[in-house]
Amino acid sequence: MANTFPDILFYVFAVLTLGCGALVIANPFSRNPVTSAMFLVLTIISMAGLFVLLHAFFLAAVQILVYAGAVIVLFLFVIMLLDLKAETMRRIKIYGFIAGIVSVGAILAIFMKSLGATPLNSDSAPAVEGNTEPLGKLLFTHYVVPFEVVSVLLLVAMVGVILLSKKNLD
Amino acid sequence: MHVGLEHYLTVSFLLFALGLLGVIMRRNLLVIYMSLELMLNAANLALVAFSRFNNKLDGQVLVFFIITVAAAEVSVGLALIVALYRRRRSAHVEDLTSMKF
Amino acid sequence: MKYELLPWLTLFLPLFAAVFITLFTLRCKTLSSFISIGAIVAGFILTVVFISANGFQIRAESVRTWLSIGNLQVDFGLKLDALSLMMMLIVTGVGGAIHIYSRGYMREDPGMARFFAFLSLFTFSMLGIVLANNFVQLFIFWELVGVSSYLLIGFWFEKPSAGDAAKKAFIVNRLGDFGFLLGILMVWGLLGSLNFSQLQGQLAANSQALGTMATIAGLLIFCGAVGKSAQFPLHVWLPDAMEGPTPVSALIHAATMVAAGVYMLCRVLFVLNADALQVVAYIGGFTALLSALIAIQQNDIKRIIAYSTLSQLGYMVMAVGLGGPTPAMFHLTTHAFFKALLFLSAGSVITALHHEQDIWKMGNLKSKMPVTFWTFLAGALALSGIFPFSGFYSKDSILGQALVRHNYLLFGVGVFVACLTTFYIFRLFFVVFLGKEKSDLSSHAHESPPVMTGPLLVLAVFSVIGGYIGIEGIYNRMFAAQPETSAGFAAALVAPFHAAPMAAWLGILAFFIGLACAYGLYAKADKDPLPEILGPLATAMKNKFYFDELYEGVFVRAHDCIAAVMNGIDRWLVEGFCIGLIRGGTDLTGRCLRYFQTGNLQTYAFLFVLGVVVALYVVLR
Repeated sequence: MANTFPDILFYVFAVLTLGCGALVIANPFSRNPVTSAMFLVLTIISMAGLFVLLHAFFLAAVQILVYAGAVIVLFLFVIMLLDLKAETMRRIKIYGFIAGIVSVGAILAIFMKSLGATPLNSDSAPAVEGNTEPLGKLLFTHYVVPFEVVSVLLLVAMVGVILLSKKNLD
Repeated sequence: MHVGLEHYLTVSFLLFALGLLGVIMRRNLLVIYMSLELMLNAANLALVAFSRFNNKLDGQVLVFFIITVAAAEVSVGLALIVALYRRRRSAHVEDLTSMKF
Repeated sequence: MKYELLPWLTLFLPLFAAVFITLFTLRCKTLSSFISIGAIVAGFILTVVFISANGFQIRAESVRTWLSIGNLQVDFGLKLDALSLMMMLIVTGVGGAIHIYSRGYMREDPGMARFFAFLSLFTFSMLGIVLANNFVQLFIFWELVGVSSYLLIGFWFEKPSAGDAAKKAFIVNRLGDFGFLLGILMVWGLLGSLNFSQLQGQLAANSQALGTMATIAGLLIFCGAVGKSAQFPLHVWLPDAMEGPTPVSALIHAATMVAAGVYMLCRVLFVLNADALQVVAYIGGFTALLSALIAIQQNDIKRIIAYSTLSQLGYMVMAVGLGGPTPAMFHLTTHAFFKALLFLSAGSVITALHHEQDIWKMGNLKSKMPVTFWTFLAGALALSGIFPFSGFYSKDSILGQALVRHNYLLFGVGVFVACLTTFYIFRLFFVVFLGKEKSDLSSHAHESPPVMTGPLLVLAVFSVIGGYIGIEGIYNRMFAAQPETSAGFAAALVAPFHAAPMAAWLGILAFFIGLACAYGLYAKADKDPLPEILGPLATAMKNKFYFDELYEGVFVRAHDCIAAVMNGIDRWLVEGFCIGLIRGGTDLTGRCLRYFQTGNLQTYAFLFVLGVVVALYVVLR
């Protein structure tokens, strides 16, 4: 069976993703944000594996580079900067717990209901192989304007961050 | 059982739900922010899965943009948190309730 | 029609003067008075020119469209016929004399510029009434004279009594005007037009056009005249209006504005049917009798003349009610002359005595104020109606009209009132001008300056000769179906003895009876002997038959009660319950919603998610 191996890999990565995601939000052993950040890295890497399984190789690379490389480093820097150890041991409030359960339950119920109700053509074998070259062509032809606009957005974000980080911001 | 779109979507939904749970239940602003990232990633996963099973690359392009915007958003958001922390000496949402009546 | 522009100029010159004085020359008393006097004298000259160019036979309208709402078109038009032209002459002529007199009378008043601005505003409004060619325009100017009357009565507003009198005049007039407005609306609703000529045409073509509402409509319109001409039961404001300066009493409350009611009745006579006219006649007669009785026991020189005005207005209204617009307008004209003269003479006396108005503190002014003495005598004789003074002719034509209608009751009332008139005016005359000085003030009195005596002399001349210079003929041609051939001067002089000898001789007899009584009682009196003779009746007369007290007790009290109830309803039901409920509901909702604003980020996130869930449920359903 040619398809068995990728299927096994899917389950492995799916379990990794969800397990690490759960540890990001609620780690029974540590309330330290650094732990959460580390598990976020793991989540993102396993999600990159899922992307590979979906033949989105370029995005898998970007995911690791941008998220694991840049975003998480940024998080760690901020955690170090703030030195949050004193506030790690607060109790979770019962109202917050109930609210979380209710909202998550409601939204999952909606998702699952719509998933079950909508016919999906997942059985038809994917024909086009998603790879880097056609994605680049599409990005620089059809989506060239949004691409450039996003670069402006990054510039603006950079300016904003520099401004916000100045000490005498008043 | 053959892995199809609905499997990926289910993983995506569950990841989204985890992120949401984190946003609503955790009190630390940084962790809330990480949970937000989880939710974004869940959306990315769903988009890539749709792109794969519908033979269209547009979904991947969208994910590319989302990653870019997320990077910008994280940098600005973290800068805000730092600025807030400087002023309030706290990164806990329970200490940041000045928008109350 | 030649010189169509002139009436427009006459109308708007006083308005211009009023605006100009108010805006620019309020600081300059002399200049203001000259502007005001100039405007009205120019108006008089322009009117004379216009009449000499067109004659009194003209029946024309000069119309500009004013506003047009749906099928209601309101013109701003001038109705030019004998009636309005004569009234214009009276308003600008008598008014001009009074304006000039005011320069002397008000010479020491710091508010003289304001006074002349008000006078000009009044002149404008009065001319507007006179010239109006439709009901809306008439009503607007009707209210405008009310306003200027209010301003002038309350001219000395620092006196509380003047302020009260102004308010009383305004409010009592409001009652009449309310009915007037209803009447106008009724006529418009039934006939669909407001223009006098069109209405007259419609009613001439179909006398039943107003149907069953004819009497009511007529009486409602008469309400306006009742208010403005101070007929019973709304007569109470006019005596109090004497709180204003004396020239105002002469101009507004004797010669012109109070006559506007009579003028209006003559103008819209075609609307009044026989039943309505009957009511008009009896109200007029009753007012004449009532006020003459009250006048007998008043001691304030201006109030006596004010009640006399009421009484004479009653005569005019009675004449209209008896179907005689010609006698009514004739009497209005002569009355304008001699009553303005009486008021101005009284004003001359009052200034000479430093604003003392009690007749029992005057006396023996004959030698000290000769001009005032003789002019007052002329006015008194004209008012009493003795041959050959003007009052004789106009009063006689009214009595004659009563005989023509075979209404002997009103004829008798008229003769009796004529007798009373002579009595009260000569009571005043004997006490004020003859006898001995009754106070120091009258010993030191001296004659008024020429600027005041000049207008007195002019008015005195017209009071004497006004009866036989063709005024009646002018009105007669206007109202009578076939014009009478105008007789010569000598014939006009004795015409009443031929036309209605009984009325004429009885009028003269009434004069002599009244004169004899007045002479017998008051020629040498130091105090009033009448209360001892008449007893309680005199007290009732002195207290104006307690009308003010009655109105105070009934209407004011009832009004206060209703106001208290309404106040309670407003305060407790509307404000407390309705508004309180809405306010409380809003408040409560706000308080409840406030708890959603916890300031907690996660609460907002939770609510946000719930909202998304609902939206998704609706979309994906």
